[in-house]
Amino acid sequence: MNWISNVVRPKIRSILKKDTPENLWVKCPDSGQLVFHKDVEQNLFVIPGSEHHLRVSAVQRLKMTFDDGVYEDIPLPEVPLDPLKFRDEKRYTDRLKDARAKTSAVDSVKVGYGLLEANPVTIGVQDFDFMGGSLGMAAGEAVIKGLETAAERETPFIMFAASGGARMQEGMFSLMQMPRTTAAIQRLRAARLPYIVVLTNPTTGGVTASYAMLGDIHVAEPGALIGFAGPRVIEQTIREKLPPGFQRAEYLKDHGMVDLVVHRRDMRGTLGRLCRLLTKAPAAA
Amino acid sequence: MRSYLDFEKPVAEIEAKVDELRAIAEANGSDSVRDEAARLQNRANASLRELYASLTPWQKTMVARHPMRPHYRDYLDRLVEDFTPLAGDRLFGEDEAIVGGFGRFRGQSVCVIGQEKGFDTESRLKHNFGMAMPEGYRKAVRLMDLADRFGLPVLSFVDTAGAYPGIDAEERGQAEAIARSTDRCLSLGVPNVALVIGEGGSGGAVAIASCNKVLMMEHAIYTVASPEASASILWRDPGRAQDAATNMKITAQDLLKFGIIDGIVPEPVGGAHRDPEAAIRAAGDAIAASLSDLAPLSPEALRDRRAAKFLGIGRKA
Repeated sequence: MNWISNVVRPKIRSILKKDTPENLWVKCPDSGQLVFHKDVEQNLFVIPGSEHHLRVSAVQRLKMTFDDGVYEDIPLPEVPLDPLKFRDEKRYTDRLKDARAKTSAVDSVKVGYGLLEANPVTIGVQDFDFMGGSLGMAAGEAVIKGLETAAERETPFIMFAASGGARMQEGMFSLMQMPRTTAAIQRLRAARLPYIVVLTNPTTGGVTASYAMLGDIHVAEPGALIGFAGPRVIEQTIREKLPPGFQRAEYLKDHGMVDLVVHRRDMRGTLGRLCRLLTKAPAAA
Repeated sequence: MRSYLDFEKPVAEIEAKVDELRAIAEANGSDSVRDEAARLQNRANASLRELYASLTPWQKTMVARHPMRPHYRDYLDRLVEDFTPLAGDRLFGEDEAIVGGFGRFRGQSVCVIGQEKGFDTESRLKHNFGMAMPEGYRKAVRLMDLADRFGLPVLSFVDTAGAYPGIDAEERGQAEAIARSTDRCLSLGVPNVALVIGEGGSGGAVAIASCNKVLMMEHAIYTVASPEASASILWRDPGRAQDAATNMKITAQDLLKFGIIDGIVPEPVGGAHRDPEAAIRAAGDAIAASLSDLAPLSPEALRDRRAAKFLGIGRKA
């Protein structure tokens, strides 16, 4: 113990921590170029030049979509934890705890209510960083809550989907989120309110095979992987390499499954316009 | 010719002896040998009853996939008269993994949809092992549309490892086809009843099983992904299918307890393949009982109750 370790070191440490390269630089998965993190953040997490759309967290997405980044966080229903008492190398409850600590979210879907280009909308966002955006009871209830909130407040519902598929650790409770969310979509339809899905990278499995493919309008971000079976499963089944561009947003548009592929910088404008058109709201000022 | 599963070996040995004794009795007409054979058969039955009373989830998976287990086609033959299969989705093609049409169930006109896995190499290829393409689900939607319009109940027989994962299936929108089929099940203004007869695999099953009543045969399984796929997803090792089956609560008994299914159809001792006739008769009785429960309900009530039932899953627990 001397005066150096007491006084100087903490300062040095904090400077060093800030300067670690992974915080400062982002490597583009497409082109491999290194880009200054601040530049990427200012560019809505799209790599300038390659236009690769990086994944964004649920909170970042809500902030970048609502007017001035302001929204009401809709409280989500609590669900029974670990209904199967699932454990392998690790307890499922421990995996959940880790994911919660890592993302500081309760589960993979968040719901916000606010204004989008001055019109009220309800938005659900699925966060791939929370256990691969997997669809379990909490995520299913959150999507349902989003649809119900939209119906109650008479707003369109926009769902940003991102998921690797079912939350395997919840077994059949996970699978049941497919008919459950579908039933909630039917109620929004009955209320004649628009349901817009934005497919983001990646959206596969049970999520694609339920609420992500039941939108009135399907929008996708460029390059997003979208499919029922993941590429690994298909390759294992047919034992050949998949063609380039397979299951990407542009491929789905070419095959009639997606209406629009929209760059992130144009997303707010496109969603705002679609909502106004479908709800007969006046044109933007 | 019987076919035994690994865990049935003790029974197989006794029954082999029974057959031997019966042959001897046949040859020399000895009553004492005949009695001995009968006694041994009783022992085999008792041991079978004991085995089947406590099958592990993995053993159930084996039973659900047993080569002699009655398939959708057997249920159709025995339960549905005047069955008239209808082909095609009117959009792209015909997919024989899903066989559907109209017929008469205990006198009543019904729409029937189901997955057929096939029973020999030729028919397995024809039915693509019960793994449907988007066309299959779109045909199902088409048939449900007709059933709704003509006021006919829909019966679904579920037996699939899952929807087909392939380039062509993806190209033609497998996910959308499944989602729309689930959607149509839930919007029907006529009663629908699903029976999982073997394997209920994932979204490919849900697509035709989102019904007012969901029943399972006693030894059927219903899974979020087949045990092999689950193991591959969880541990990148399909070889751990047995672990996945054990962990994931896939048996009819567990799922009834969870409130995910509505009823279990008892199977004959030793599984449906030991006495298909009896198994299918019991299935018919259970379907008939479900249909008569649902018969008085209006289209609105059928839709509301169906939605409420699914939305309620997991909420009470």
